[in-house]
Amino acid sequence: MPESGLTPELMKEMYYVMALSRALDDRLWVLNRQGRAPTVYSSNGHEATQVGSAFALRRGEDWIVPYYRDMALVLAWGMTAREVMLHFFAKAEDPNSGGRQMMAHWGSGRLHVLSTGAVVATQDAHAAGLALASKILKDGRVSVCYFGDGSTSQGEFHEALNFAAVHKLPVIFFNENNGYAISVPLSKQTVVQDISARAAAYGIPGIMVDGSDPVKVYEVTKAAADRARRGEGPTLIEAKTYRFVPHSSEDDDRAYRSREEVQEHKKHDPVITFAERLLKDKILTEADKKAMAAKIKQVVDDATTYADKAALPDPSTLGQYVYGGALA
Amino acid sequence: MAVKTFLEAIREGLRQELARDPRVIIYGEDVGVRGGVFRVTDGLQAEFGADRVMDSPLAEAAIVGTAIGAAVNGLRPIPEIQFADFIFPAINQIVQEAARMRYRSNNDFEVPIVIRAPFGGGVRGGLYHSQSVEAFFAHVPGMCVVIPSTPYDAKGLLAAAVDQPDPVLFLEHKALYRSVRAEVPEERYVIPLGKADRKREGRDVTVIGYGLMVGFALSAAQTLAEEGISLEVIDLRSIRPFDREAILESARKTGKVMIVHEDNKTGGFGAEISAVIAEEALFYLDAPIVRLTGPDVPAMGFSPPLEHAFMVTAEKIAEAARELARF
Ligand SMILES: Cc1ncc(C[n+]2csc(CCOP(=O)(O)OP(=O)(O)O)c2C)c(N)n1
Repeated sequence: MPESGLTPELMKEMYYVMALSRALDDRLWVLNRQGRAPTVYSSNGHEATQVGSAFALRRGEDWIVPYYRDMALVLAWGMTAREVMLHFFAKAEDPNSGGRQMMAHWGSGRLHVLSTGAVVATQDAHAAGLALASKILKDGRVSVCYFGDGSTSQGEFHEALNFAAVHKLPVIFFNENNGYAISVPLSKQTVVQDISARAAAYGIPGIMVDGSDPVKVYEVTKAAADRARRGEGPTLIEAKTYRFVPHSSEDDDRAYRSREEVQEHKKHDPVITFAERLLKDKILTEADKKAMAAKIKQVVDDATTYADKAALPDPSTLGQYVYGGALA
Repeated sequence: MAVKTFLEAIREGLRQELARDPRVIIYGEDVGVRGGVFRVTDGLQAEFGADRVMDSPLAEAAIVGTAIGAAVNGLRPIPEIQFADFIFPAINQIVQEAARMRYRSNNDFEVPIVIRAPFGGGVRGGLYHSQSVEAFFAHVPGMCVVIPSTPYDAKGLLAAAVDQPDPVLFLEHKALYRSVRAEVPEERYVIPLGKADRKREGRDVTVIGYGLMVGFALSAAQTLAEEGISLEVIDLRSIRPFDREAILESARKTGKVMIVHEDNKTGGFGAEISAVIAEEALFYLDAPIVRLTGPDVPAMGFSPPLEHAFMVTAEKIAEAARELARF
């Protein structure tokens, strides 16, 4: 077994989740274009980044605080395709929010995925807080928040890094840098070229990694998690990645980036390149790959049918869960 | 029973919460070594250690944002905002994150935090050390807003706030910290949120207030009693939730209602109370509802005459209540 703990079995599993996420994502767009669901937020292009990092952590025991881009991440963390679809269709059984939140606002107490709102960068402080509790309670958990490059212009990103650095918290700040915040390129967010460079301001390591290589992402995440568990404090990781689709189903990216640019990046599509690598290294066979594709199709079909048939929330539940305890 | 100031009662409450539950932590600006700029947390770090009572960076959004995460992962944080005037950098974390967590997660997560903040004026604090911020937060479903007026209530309401598994804003009027003393039981006791206290029974006019205003209303009641005017004084103690029944019962009885708060009038909490009375007890009223409040100016002036002109005082309450009684 390699030092990082990344076995061939795990690599195969990583590929499965990446391919599942892509297939599920493709289905969401079809359903959206059919008018069956209002909004899609995609992880399309970010799969290696998200899955590679998830596999380096104690999935379901550590905490993740995702953002809307993170479908592949939550799938890797243990959310099922059915659960994603239930959320997408805003059904009562949606474990993320019972149909209350718009698609891609993940959250699950069972899986240790902290519920997320839509205000970018707020989750950075939540992850630091989760880690503060871990430090005090000595529960051995690491917390990881995920966020886009644009969101690092928010004050709360900086506040959270600083707070975590001062208190040496077991937290990883994980940036998925796809070069755009909707239409705005990184050069208009900051004159700093690399988000990871910002770590220097807080006296913590800033690690840059190729986000299209899940193994490299795994390795840097594992190192940061080990460091956090040793009590050495936070790490900022920047994974350079690219989103292959518009920001959301409401966006048209032709307004701000050329088709050539997108095509160029698609040459390094992580779902394809990782499969090629696993085939070359004989970790995956053509037969495995085919079997996986068949299984994925079946899982996506099942999730779609299941969620489609599931009940919508009852409007009489609207007033539930405003308060708990004595005021419930 | 020991006699304690408002401030000492809160400190004792905090000490008891730290002692009885290892999940309770306190943090904020200067709360550790210094014991807080008002000394509310004085001695607590020495007693409970720097992990449980800690100084945080000067960043309110991070203070509240990390408290949310810490609460989710098993702690019971009691963060302090040094002055309520400086809570606004954290308003997004409070309103959009803490107060919505239970609802948006369909009850999967809850955020049991008590945010303590000194507030209010009449202490030569000027624009940025005098504000009343309660109305912003009382607007928010999922929030609790607690505003004690006595040492006894401060300790009992603090215990209730810690027990409540939702975000609570616990507002402590700075002018009360050292000016009032009363007997406070040693043992822990809980005053439920949303229960008003009828501080004085009366026939002619109901005066509804909270925080510093309650004591002012009581001294106005004393003055007017000598003139043969009988005031009923109701202390709301918490404004979210608030005690509709107590308000309506008293309004129906006296038929004349005056609401007092230091916060400015437009959109202040008095508007909510008067709307509830108008909706549910209009035909019991013998006079229009009166709101005696801070003026609609951006904030309190610093120079004494400006500050005095802004503040609601016992004299102003007596004068307005006298007029209402005669209506
Ligand atoms: C505080 C805030 N302002 C504006 C928005 C609207 N908004 C949603 S996503 C987004 C762009 C975020 O870009 P980035 O952080 O780079 O993440 P990406 O979507 O590229 O993964 C904006 C402006 C928001 N959600 N929150």
